[in-house]
Order: sequence, then C-alpha cells, then structure tokens
Amino acid sequence: MSNEIELIKDPGLPAHVHRRADTDPKAAARAERQVAILFMLSALGTLLLIVSYLFIPEDIFFFIPVMGNTNAHQLGLGMGMAIALFCIGAGLIHWAKTLMPDEEVVAQRHEFKSEDEDRKDFVKTVKEGAASAGLGRRPLIKRTLGAALGLSAISPVLLLGDLGPLPGNQLKTTTWKKGTRLVTDPGDRPLRPSDLEVGAVAQTLPEIAPGEHRSLNDIAKDAVLLIRLRPEEFNLDAERLSWTHEGIIAFSKICSHMGCAVALYEQTTKHLLCPCHQSTFDVTRAAKVIFGPAARPLPQLAITVDAEGYLIAQAPFNEPVGPSFWERSA
Amino acid sequence: MKQLSRLRRHRAAGPILLIFALFTIGTTFQVASAVDQEETSIAARSAAIDEGREIFLKGCSSCHGLNAEGGDIAPSLIGVGAASVDFQVATGRMPMADMSQQAMRKAPVYSAEEVNALAMYVASLAPGPKVPTEEMLNYERDGSVAEGGELFRTNCAMCHNFAAQGGALTQGKYAPTLMGVEPRHIYEAMITGPQAMPVFSDKTITPEEKLSIIKWIKSVEAEPQLGGAALGRVGPVTEGLLVWTLGIGLLIGVAVWLAMKAK
Amino acid sequence: MTARERIAGNVAGYVDDRTGAAKWMKKNLTKVFPDHWSFLLGEICLYSFVILLLSGTFLTFWFDPSMREVIYEGSYEPLQGLEMSAAYASTLDISFEVRGGLLMRQIHHWAALIFMVGIVVHLMRVYFTGAFRKPREFNWIIGVGLLTLGIVEGFLGYSLPDDLLSGTGIRIAEAIIQALPVVGSYLAFFAFGGAFPGVAFIPRIYTVHVLLLPGIFLALITVHLMLVWYQKHTQFPGPGRTEKNVVGYPLMPVYMAKAGGFFFIVFGVTAFLGAVASINPIWLYGPYTPGQVSAGSQPDWYMGWLDGLVRMAPPLETVTFGYTISWNILIPGLILPGIMFTGLALYPFIESWATGDKREHHLLDRPRNAPTRTAIGAMALTFTLVSLINGGNDIIATTFDLTINQMMWFSRIAIIVLPPLAYVITKRLCLSLQRADRDLVLHGRETGRLVRMPNGEFTEIHEPISPEKAWLLTSHEQLAPLELPEYDGAGVRRPAAIKNKIRNRISRSMATAVPKATETERKELEGHH
Repeated sequence: MSNEIELIKDPGLPAHVHRRADTDPKAAARAERQVAILFMLSALGTLLLIVSYLFIPEDIFFFIPVMGNTNAHQLGLGMGMAIALFCIGAGLIHWAKTLMPDEEVVAQRHEFKSEDEDRKDFVKTVKEGAASAGLGRRPLIKRTLGAALGLSAISPVLLLGDLGPLPGNQLKTTTWKKGTRLVTDPGDRPLRPSDLEVGAVAQTLPEIAPGEHRSLNDIAKDAVLLIRLRPEEFNLDAERLSWTHEGIIAFSKICSHMGCAVALYEQTTKHLLCPCHQSTFDVTRAAKVIFGPAARPLPQLAITVDAEGYLIAQAPFNEPVGPSFWERSA
Repeated sequence: MKQLSRLRRHRAAGPILLIFALFTIGTTFQVASAVDQEETSIAARSAAIDEGREIFLKGCSSCHGLNAEGGDIAPSLIGVGAASVDFQVATGRMPMADMSQQAMRKAPVYSAEEVNALAMYVASLAPGPKVPTEEMLNYERDGSVAEGGELFRTNCAMCHNFAAQGGALTQGKYAPTLMGVEPRHIYEAMITGPQAMPVFSDKTITPEEKLSIIKWIKSVEAEPQLGGAALGRVGPVTEGLLVWTLGIGLLIGVAVWLAMKAK
Repeated sequence: MTARERIAGNVAGYVDDRTGAAKWMKKNLTKVFPDHWSFLLGEICLYSFVILLLSGTFLTFWFDPSMREVIYEGSYEPLQGLEMSAAYASTLDISFEVRGGLLMRQIHHWAALIFMVGIVVHLMRVYFTGAFRKPREFNWIIGVGLLTLGIVEGFLGYSLPDDLLSGTGIRIAEAIIQALPVVGSYLAFFAFGGAFPGVAFIPRIYTVHVLLLPGIFLALITVHLMLVWYQKHTQFPGPGRTEKNVVGYPLMPVYMAKAGGFFFIVFGVTAFLGAVASINPIWLYGPYTPGQVSAGSQPDWYMGWLDGLVRMAPPLETVTFGYTISWNILIPGLILPGIMFTGLALYPFIESWATGDKREHHLLDRPRNAPTRTAIGAMALTFTLVSLINGGNDIIATTFDLTINQMMWFSRIAIIVLPPLAYVITKRLCLSLQRADRDLVLHGRETGRLVRMPNGEFTEIHEPISPEKAWLLTSHEQLAPLELPEYDGAGVRRPAAIKNKIRNRISRSMATAVPKATETERKELEGHH
C-alpha cells in the first residue's frame, strides 16, 4: 500500500452548454423581441413621468390598497422613473444573458511581485536619489526642514480657532434666577398653584421681558417641567421639600443623560420617562434614576410663589443642567 | 270701624280689589306651575341617576366599591366627574376586560344613554369635570391647526409620538394611538388625565388651545399619504425594515437572475 | 469599411495620437470578470453612490443650509405661520413646492439606506469567503473606511433638514462630544460655534456632507475599484478554476451589459421605493426645538446598533476630584465601536498571523471550509443584531405587547450570552457541513431507492457525484496548524515562547476541520457499494 495520498483531480472546465438562442434562430428572435419589449416598456415609463410632471395636478389623491390615499402626481412621477430605469436594466441584462456570447473565457493572472532585478533597481534609485539630495550629509537642512514643516502644521489648526467660543460658564448657567416667573410653553402665561390640579403637568420656561425673543439656545437649558402631586406623596429630605410648593415640584426638562426633553410623566407611578434611551426618573424622590442609562437625577428647580401668587424660582439651579461634561463638578 | 266701612264704599275699591285678585291668582298660579316644572326635571335627573346607580351596582361596584369609594384594585370615583366616566366607558375602556397594566380602548359595553346615566350618577357623588358640550367642541371654528401642532409636539408627542400613533411607557403601559378617537374623548382625556396620562388643566392648556390640538390631530388623521405608504408613521425603524426586506430582497433577486445561465 | 467604421476609426485615432489609449483600452476591454450573483453586492454600493450624487445635486439647488429663523409661508397648512429654520423651511419647499422634489428627497434617502445595506452585505460576502486575504488587505481597510464614513455621511445627511427627529439625534451627538474627558466641552463649542444648538452646525455639516465626505468617498472608491481591476476579481473554486487564472466573461460586451444593466436596476428599484414608500416625512416631525421630543425616536438603521448599545448601558459615571467621566456614554458610544471597527479593519492581519498563511489567495473559501472564521463572523453579526434590536426596543415593545424593561434586560443578557453561543453553533454547523461534503464525495448522492440484496440486506442506492462536483467539494486547502517552537535547538526557552504558544493554540483552532475526501479513499471504498 503506497503512503502517497492521491487527491481528487480537477476535471477542467466543463463542456460548454449552448443556449436555445445559440442554436435555434426562432428562440433567438424571441429573445430579441423580449429585449425590445423591455426597452419599449422603459420608454412608456418615461412617458408616464413626462405626463405626470406636466399634466397631473398635485392635489389629486386616490386610494390604493396597502398604500392608502396616494398622491397621483407623486406616484406617476416615481413609477414612471422606476419603470423607465428598471426596464432598461432588465433589457440589457436579458440581452447579455440570451444573445451575447456566454462561453467562459480563461485569462491568466500575473504575479504582482516585481522582478528581483526591478526591486534592486528601485532600492538603488531611491538610495541614490536620497544620497544626491544630501539629507544624510547635511543635518542642518534636515533639522531646519523638520522644524519648518512641523511648525507650519500649527497654522491650519490655529486658524480654526474661531470655530467656536470657549465654553466659559455657559454650560453651568441658565436664565433662571431668584424671582424668575415660570410661564407656560407655549403661551407665556404665568401660573398660580391653583392653575394646576393634582396629577397635572405643565411645560414651562422662564419669563422674558415683552418684546424679547427666546433663542433655541435658551430653551435648550431653561425648559422646566412642573408636576403637581399631593404633598404627602413626596419622599424628600427637608431641603428638597422646601424647594416644592403645595405639592408642586419643578425639574429641568433636559435629560441628564444626553439632553433629550424629558416630559413623559406617568401619573399613576409618578415616573418620568425619557423616550430616547428609556431612562426612568422617580418624581417622588427628586427624579432619582430608577432604570436606564442615565447616571444622575434631573436637576430640581426650587420654586415658591411671589407676592401676586404666581410661581417663581427661589434661586438658580444648584447644578448644571443637561448632559455631563468633564469640568461639571469642578 | 266707621273708617273701614267708608273705605269699602270708596269708588276705587272695586277696581283695586280686582287688580289685587288678578295679581294674587296670577302669582299663585305661576308659583304653583314652577314648582311643578322643577319637580319634573328633578324627576328626570334623578331617574337617570337611579338608572346610573343601577348600572353601577351591577357592572362597576365589584371593583370600585358599592359607594364608588374605590378599593385595592380600583380607584375611588368620587370627584372624577362626568367627563371621566364618559371617557372611560364610552371608549370601552371600562369595564376593564382583564386586569392588565392598563385599560384598552375596545367596543363599548354600554349604550350612549347608559353611559350618560352612569356619568350623571358619578357626577352626583361630588363635583368634577363636566362632559364638554357641542358648543365647547367646535374645533373647526375655534381651533388653529398650526398652533395645535406646536402644542401637540410640546405636550403630547413624547408619549403619543409625532403623528399621534402612540408610544411605549414603562412596565408595559403605553400611550395609545389617537387615530379614530372622538374629539369629545380627546378633550375629556386632557382634562381628566386617565390612568397614566397626566391632567392638562385649563390654565396650562386653555380650552381654545385644547381645540387647536384636536383640530391638528384630526388634520393628521385625514392627511393622505404624501410620499407613499406611510409605514406606520413611526419613523426609521420600519424604513430600515423595508430596505432589509423588500429593498435588498429585490436587488439580490435580480442579481441571482443576472448571474444565472440562460436556458 | 463602412462610413461608420471609418468615422469611428478617425475618432479613435485622434484620441490615441494624444494618449496612446488604444493599447490599454484593448487590454481592458477584454478583461475577464468572473460571474456570481454575490459579486454584484459591491456594485449595489457603487451604483447607490452614483444615485446619491445625482439626487443629492438636485436637492442642493433648492436646499438652504441656514439656521436663521423664518416664518413658514408655504402650502403645507399645519405648519403655516410657525417659526422654523431656513433649512427646515427649504426642505418643506422641496417637498411641496418643487415638482419631483419629494420624489428626489425620498430617492436620495432610500438610496442612502440601500448604500449602507449594500456595504454590509458586501462586507459579509467578502469576509465569509476570505476575499480579504493577501493581496487584498489594503482594499479591505478601504472598505472598512467606507463603512465608517458612510455611517457618518448618512447621519449628517438626514440631520440637514433640522427636523425634530434628527435634531434630537444631533443633541445626542453633542452629548457624546461633550462627554469626552478634558476637551469635551471645548470640542462641542467648537463644533457648534457655541452652545447647543447654535446657528453654525447645519451650515458646517452641509459642507462636510456635500463636499468633504463625497470627495473622500470618490477618492476611496476609485482606489478600491482600481485595486479590484488591477488585482483581478477573486473567484469561487470550481472545475477549471485555479489560483493562477480567472474564468469569466470579457468586459465588452457581456460584463458591460450586465453591470451597466444592473446600474439601471438599482436605480429603478430605488426610484420604485421613492415612489411608493414614504421616508423621513419631516412635515410630520415638525421643526427642531430642544423642548420637544417624540416617543419612538430612533436614528436611521445603520446607527440603530449604536443607539441600542447606549440604551442598554449601565448608568456608570465617575466623579474624581470634581472631574466627570461618563462611562455610560463613552463605552457604548466610542470605546466599544472603536474596538469593533479597529478589529474589523485589522482582521486580515490577525487571521494571517493566526494561521501563519502568508500566500496570495485568489480562490475564495466556501464558508464551511473556514469554520473558525465563519463562527467569528456569526458572533460579530449576533452582537450587532442584538444591539440593533435594542435600538428599536420601544417600538418592538408596543408592537408585540412586551415592556421596554423586559427588552432592556433581554438585550443586556443576550449581548453577552448569545455571541459565544452563535460561535459554537456556527462552528459545529460548518464542521457538519464539511462532514456532509465528505460523505457525498466518498459515498455519492443518496437516491432514496432501496434495494434488497440476495443475502437479505436492504441498502440504499447511492449515485456517484460528477467529477466537477467532487472537485468543488475537495479542492479547498486544509492548512496544518502552526507548530512554532518554544525552545531552540539547545533546549533554551525562546524569548517569544509564550507568544508562540498562544499562536500555536489559536492556529490549532483555526485549522479545525473534517479531513477532506481523497481519491485514495474513494478507490478503497469502490468495492463496497
């Protein structure tokens, strides 16, 4: 018994099988007709596109199952374009498959690696070039060139310096100050405690002077959610309790996780849910995180009422609102 | 005595007496018939309240208590008002079919008349939010679509989704879709805050603003599909699903056809 | 010679006089391309890119990349009179005032989704067939680069209209930048030109989206294609196919017609989707303001896995000496994806280190014949799929009556437990398939016909398989594991001993296989049927 293991051999390319269109002229003519029909369908598609664009009014809707009430102009344009393009493609492919030669061709791969001779020549050329540049023999040129290039790389970075101001204190302050009234968003109406029933919420913003315009930058930090519970439902320490008023508690609406608006309040469980990543906050315990990826509770705004009975902030937020950043507690 | 008999014989005594008699009869009759009317409307109302109590005892008291005082499994209904009852019962949420996380909208068990009776009974227990009248619900006239959209996105979209299709809450609760909901029920939900939904008092969202919200919801409901099949109006999730099924499916299908040898 | 031929000849001569084009045109027009449907997946990406360029250019004629506030005065009633950015208003105008505008917006967005789907399925094909091996490692790295840039480009693209959904996504992106230690707040202020949202972000990402990234894409795609062209495409093993040849069809006319036709197919399917399926209906989302958010907010699918990772992250944040590091954002948002993409890019080098195989490969592997590689791929796909599903956990919860809390816990556990499970199952599957192949070669195809032998025994008739099929099932190489020495000739422990030991063990795992059938074994069995 020979120790040589004999492997199964490559039988080589199989014999070519002719297609119907190769041998039968009637089949070939049929294939040609099919390709022609596809190209003509494409032309009809373009026609549908042109007619839709120029003549179908944009306010006609008609019912199609699954799609509902569909805009005729839009559908005509789109389907016209789709048919026009698809049928050209289908025609080309069908033509290639049935009529163009389908005998497999064999080509040889060539080695990528250059000849040893060429490699040696390459190395020699590079070495000679480098030597004639003289970098090795002239260290002063090398060092000063390095310094010049390195330094010049600083310029483009520096020129981008005015891309933005330095953050300064902006991430740590909001518009809320002692005495700022809470007003409805939208509507800008100040609120009294009696305006909120137990179980009610209100979206609020700090009051601005008449004629002033709020920017989105302000809303991104100032949005506050008011919730009214029964005072006995709170589970807070004395200090946080003093930040509530008659069962009304106020939180920053900007999620402490990644900044989405947290306003989804579940009246039965007293939980706030952020729809972005499902962080859940317990209102009775000062928005403590009970589920989800948020690491910190929502900042609470201390509120009370002013002389006219409207709800106001007692003081600014005691911590930065919104997502965390490196120097947040510094 | 002589003064009185002299007055009796005065020329004006007859006419004065006549006027006085007429006045007395008229007033007495008025008062008598008024008492009669009040008794009829009180009777009608108390018949409805009685009917409501009957229905309540049969269908609701097992969970909500014989006097609607509530219990372990169901809250007290004292003070919830006719609006709450109309919302919960007319949308079929109550009576609750199974004690799952939240009551679902389903085919109502009681007829409109029975719902009205129930509502009047519960309203009779203590004052609470009233059922809005037709006049209060004229959103076509009193609401603004654009303002309603802004209000909806600020106050409602975080639970009910940008197109009012509904969304997830915690622990299996959900904010339902608002498609196909009657304007009256939308209004009642805002003022009563059913189950997990908070209350939207009339000072935080005024009645006009509530009508704007309803008008916007109705306009979204009626809006035809402007770009094609809406894919549920829930955003990129269904769009991604479509490319990974129909999109790449069609393309791979054509690729397979392309590479197959023709017959 | 006909008049047409004469004119064509004159034109060709004119060009050739100045460029010498005839020689390389002749060579390239007869270039051979192997034909398999899975080789068209990369073309889906290429053609989608062209569609994106065309439809995108259309959109730039009307889009206004400015965040200045305007009052909407267009024809969409529910937004009339509202304040919004010019970017949003101009997107509404494209959708409702420009004929064909909504169609082009939708074609552009569907093309972007298909582009990314194409990249993923193309990557899967290249990975599972081992087409990234020498000499194609460089092309693989370019491909991973295109995948990463594609994700960024898509995110920037759908953020341009400044609608509520994409604005929420930008808020989240800003939070990731802000969370970077030391430089986070500075980088965030630099990117946004100040506090969030500012007025600079949309115009800046517009430049990146229409100029910088498309330019980089063009360059990378060109190099990617040139390498495929020059190195010639790989081919599946089969009769007549060797490491030293290419079997297929010439560029002209067959490949041109088929590939060109496929371009129109891809364009047509994309246009069909744009015609019948609504995508990114920004008029329903409303303009972006930081005080609003919608339930069920997700990014586009190719970022869904990132969102899923962020959702399932544990709430880890440390504050040391007053300085905050948000691990709950950095790990799922940057560190984990960084590890994944780096591993992906370096995989060809890792595999060649693990197997010790430094040769050129032009014949593809059938996935079953590389069980460890296939199993690793299945593991990676499982990981990505679990995180992708978690990205949509709220919509899945409401659709299937589950809770988001259940979905979250399922994902946290599944992402650790399921990938190794997938590895084991896939590897076993591959080995079983190898065993089935071996059986087929040695024993032939089971015909299902039973025959009773004279001695009473029942046997099933097996039909021998064709020589082409036998070759297909046995032509693959089965590498022996490495046996790198730990001690040198004198019995002294080498400095690389531990590395060699690890490498030996890994290569043993890579070399796990069912020995392929040989002619010798077949001959031995000949008398037995």
